[in-house]
Amino acid sequence: MDFEVLVQLKGEVLDPEARAIKDTLLSHGISGVQAVEIAKRYVISLSGTDSESEEKIQKIADKYLANPVSQTYQINRLGQ
Amino acid sequence: MSSANPTLSSIRVGVVQFPGSNCDDDCVDVLNRHFGIVAPKIWHTERVIPKLDALVIPGGFSFGDYLRSGALAARSPVIEPIRSFAQKGGAILGICNGFQILTESNLLPGALLQNQGMKFVCKMTRIKSPNGNVLSVPIAHGEGRYWIQETELRTLEDHEMIAYQYCSDEGAIDYNNNPNGSVANIAGIYSKNKKILGMMPHPERATDQVMGGSDDGIQVLRDFLGKI
Repeated sequence: MDFEVLVQLKGEVLDPEARAIKDTLLSHGISGVQAVEIAKRYVISLSGTDSESEEKIQKIADKYLANPVSQTYQINRLGQ
Repeated sequence: MSSANPTLSSIRVGVVQFPGSNCDDDCVDVLNRHFGIVAPKIWHTERVIPKLDALVIPGGFSFGDYLRSGALAARSPVIEPIRSFAQKGGAILGICNGFQILTESNLLPGALLQNQGMKFVCKMTRIKSPNGNVLSVPIAHGEGRYWIQETELRTLEDHEMIAYQYCSDEGAIDYNNNPNGSVANIAGIYSKNKKILGMMPHPERATDQVMGGSDDGIQVLRDFLGKI
């Protein structure tokens, strides 16, 4: 089963890279850019049953891919 | 150069080494030259560590900083015996990447994020020590912006866990002297029991006047060893 995991900084944590992109877009005359967020995307293929894979991807995201102190994550199943 | 201190030289210190650590030899050398301590290195795959009084987790780019700085090192086999060592009140000093490894391991609170200016910053900084001294110690990092939730910041303050703060030559802790955007200019913190110290500045790189013009790092190391 294939999953994508999107990991990004929590809303209250400053992301200087996202802010720089937003400022650049505005300075280039692209009006109306209200917010920019950046996420890192992991695509992970797992073998096993659906429920095993779902349990495993949850563990991978929670314990490895994201730091719960400063980041949030979202898991999406691919190829459905 | 200061001579070895007979009281501190009996302290047993180990230096943890990960693939990509690059300040391990400096730490071993400084402990030996300034404190007479012969520190063995401990490889990241070890599941048992020798009987020690203190551990140093040195700076570098463990595992190439992949995933997040310190994240993969924090999930290495050696972290479990280090965790037990910490639970028993063992002293740990994490410098730069070592500090990142300590926060990623939850042995210290908070997180170290990309510098606010987005650049790798390598320069001498002034830091204020817990006893109010202003010390010159260099930094070299791209992800040294200390971040912690506001409620937890109050816990740090209430328990006097803020060890070092970036400051001016005169000791003023203000935004102009914050090299990376850390909350409250935090350069280093203690654990609640004060046995674990994590800091972004490199005390081991400020131990000889001829190398960079400061030996204030000796005081940082002496203060750490003195708490054991």
